Amino acid sequence: MSDLSADSLSQGGASACPACAAAPLAESLGSRDVRGGVVLSLPKIHCAACISGVERLLHETPGVRAARVNLTLKRAQVEIEEGVTSAEALTARLTEAGFEAYELDPGQLGNAEAERPARELLMRLAVAGFAMMNIMLLSVAVWSGAEAATRDMFHWISAAIAIPAVGFCGQPFFVSAWAALRGGRLNMDVPISLAILLAVGMSLYETANSGAHAYFDAAVSLTFFLLAGRYLDFRTRASARSAAQELAALEVPRATKLVGGAEVQTAISELSVGDLIRVTPGARIPTDGVITEGVSELDRSLLTGETLPVQAHPDTVVSAGEMNLTGVLTLRVTAAGEDSSLHRMAELVAVAENARSRYTSLADKAAALYAPGVHILAAVTGLGWLLYSSDLRLSLNIASAVLIITCPCALGLAVPAVVTAASGRLFRRGLLIKSGTALERLAEVDTVVFDKTGTLTLGQPVLQNAHAIPADTMGLAANLARGSAHPLAQALAAHAPSADTPGLEEIREVPGYGIEARWQDQPVRLGRADWVGAEARDVTATWLRTGQQAPVAFEFADALRPGAAEAVEALRVRGLGIKLLSGDAPAPVAQIAADLGITEWQAGCRPEDKAAEITALSEAGHRVLMVGDGLNDTAALTAAHVSISPASALDAARVASDVVLLGKDLAPLGDAFETARKSTRLIRQNFSISTVYNVIAVPLAIAGLATPLAAALAMSLSSISVSLNALRVR
Amino acid sequence: MEILSYLIPISLILGGLGLAGFFWMVKARQFDDPEGDANRILSDEFDDKPKS
Repeated sequence: MSDLSADSLSQGGASACPACAAAPLAESLGSRDVRGGVVLSLPKIHCAACISGVERLLHETPGVRAARVNLTLKRAQVEIEEGVTSAEALTARLTEAGFEAYELDPGQLGNAEAERPARELLMRLAVAGFAMMNIMLLSVAVWSGAEAATRDMFHWISAAIAIPAVGFCGQPFFVSAWAALRGGRLNMDVPISLAILLAVGMSLYETANSGAHAYFDAAVSLTFFLLAGRYLDFRTRASARSAAQELAALEVPRATKLVGGAEVQTAISELSVGDLIRVTPGARIPTDGVITEGVSELDRSLLTGETLPVQAHPDTVVSAGEMNLTGVLTLRVTAAGEDSSLHRMAELVAVAENARSRYTSLADKAAALYAPGVHILAAVTGLGWLLYSSDLRLSLNIASAVLIITCPCALGLAVPAVVTAASGRLFRRGLLIKSGTALERLAEVDTVVFDKTGTLTLGQPVLQNAHAIPADTMGLAANLARGSAHPLAQALAAHAPSADTPGLEEIREVPGYGIEARWQDQPVRLGRADWVGAEARDVTATWLRTGQQAPVAFEFADALRPGAAEAVEALRVRGLGIKLLSGDAPAPVAQIAADLGITEWQAGCRPEDKAAEITALSEAGHRVLMVGDGLNDTAALTAAHVSISPASALDAARVASDVVLLGKDLAPLGDAFETARKSTRLIRQNFSISTVYNVIAVPLAIAGLATPLAAALAMSLSSISVSLNALRVR
Repeated sequence: MEILSYLIPISLILGGLGLAGFFWMVKARQFDDPEGDANRILSDEFDDKPKS
């Protein structure tokens, strides 16, 4: 009934373009295998109506060959005909229809190759589950009393299932254990692999000799439970990584290059020194350079933390990451890619990174204790029995039983189960956990260091002295400001959105200075103090002068991020020390510190100062959490014990941090602490639970009393209780 | 007890069929968008047959 779907399509669409009515095209709508082309991020879609709405809209657009929405990832994959339509046109169309859409850079998203390990783990998990159930079925028969030939047959069938299953499913453990052994180390996978292989080998030998006990079920269920832990671990990391990639992919790296006077769009990576590029107002400067043409103002807050825009004119040196505010600029590239100031900042980060990687997670600590202990215990047991009974087969049997029972089944689940549950909880609250050990490190923190601009504040100015300004002056200023991209102008316009001043003529923006016009036969100017003819002050302000009257100041302050006060209060209540380090001037920093009740603050910090301050705190024995967003925070973010950045942060800052705050609101910070501490507590509890099972089961095994039934019971019970305990984090 | 010689292969074959089905589902990328698939059944745009 493909006609029907084509029908409903053309009915649903307002613009009945002929292509939509064509059945083959309608067929491809919603098809699973839309590959390549354009990837769009659709952060707000959430239901069936959104899916069909977006797909229908995309499909009605001329030039779209196929489109498929993925609701889980909140993305759409679109195949387009180059030249007929473009990613920008599609995002504009979708946004207009009420579906917020952004273009993603497919190169940043990672390809299908990245999904393969997850798919392979899932396959192995399924095979292990299948084998485990079938062998258990046979084992139950043996435990309930099958004897002689029947028992042997059941054991042989179990062996026929278990050996290929273990060979296929156990590979991740064998590979990792072999790598560790070759490197002369012991990791958790060494006792795991040894236990699995010994269990299979010994059971095979017993089966061949008509023995009573075979541990095929233990070997396979061990593999199954451990794979489940591995899969959870992998999925948590993969989903965090894909969300982080998506943030990075939002910044499509393109620049407008001037070739013989014509504008050409190119990738930033293809720019070279000496190229001329054009930067429009409201765009970020893509590389380091020198201005050759144009006058404007630059917002340097992401690099330095300064909130006051800086004036820019020919010969001003600019760095990548600065925002062009008012006029069109032409730059000559002086350093591209690897040589840019972004890259120099990355070197600072690399130094700090080395210090970070020394952290050993709870799981590593447990493994370091556990792996040698288990081997020693099994070896001593085997030797003891050999001396006591002089029976090699019996001693080997008992030693393997010890290894199987102590095998860290529950340990393998203890950490991933808790981390998965906690990350899921925090993700719903708007926090993305990027690092596997971030929660553990967050739980240890005793000092929090905040950056100001863009972190505690939104980086958007808000008018402060509106009450002191007469309404008509306000309206005049708002009208003048309406057409400008400058943040102060936009804040002014937003303050009086409906103001109407008749008779305002010849409105003209003077890039780098302000806006001028004629009103009631008088010149009016709105802009910088020196241009208007006023005395500059140390607050962020813009000035309005009508004719020869005295200039009026509009004072601005950076607006606090929503939830900043709650977050700071929540952290203080939990007994954490709070500091504010900013690159901005003392006056605005003092203001914000006073608003939030932060007593320790420093202004005018350079990036190195911030990192040095954090290193000093760490050396004094503090565990520091750094919250920052700018390029000037990157080194500090890396030097800190754990770091958080908002989603609006510069890419480099997000890469350097362990946790990304997805929304605008800072309030989830307090929750993050609570969850981090709770999950660390649960991880420790899980270790205790599995230890308790071992304390009960190991003496039985050493005494030679362990049966396959006891092993199966101990293993399942400990794994299930550990998983259930992990769920309590929600 | 001869019944076992039928039942055990049958149980293995049935289980194996389930496993093969699961393999096919993973390969066919049916687990790529579980939330989207859960919602798509509510859309009346292609009710009669699944799209390719």
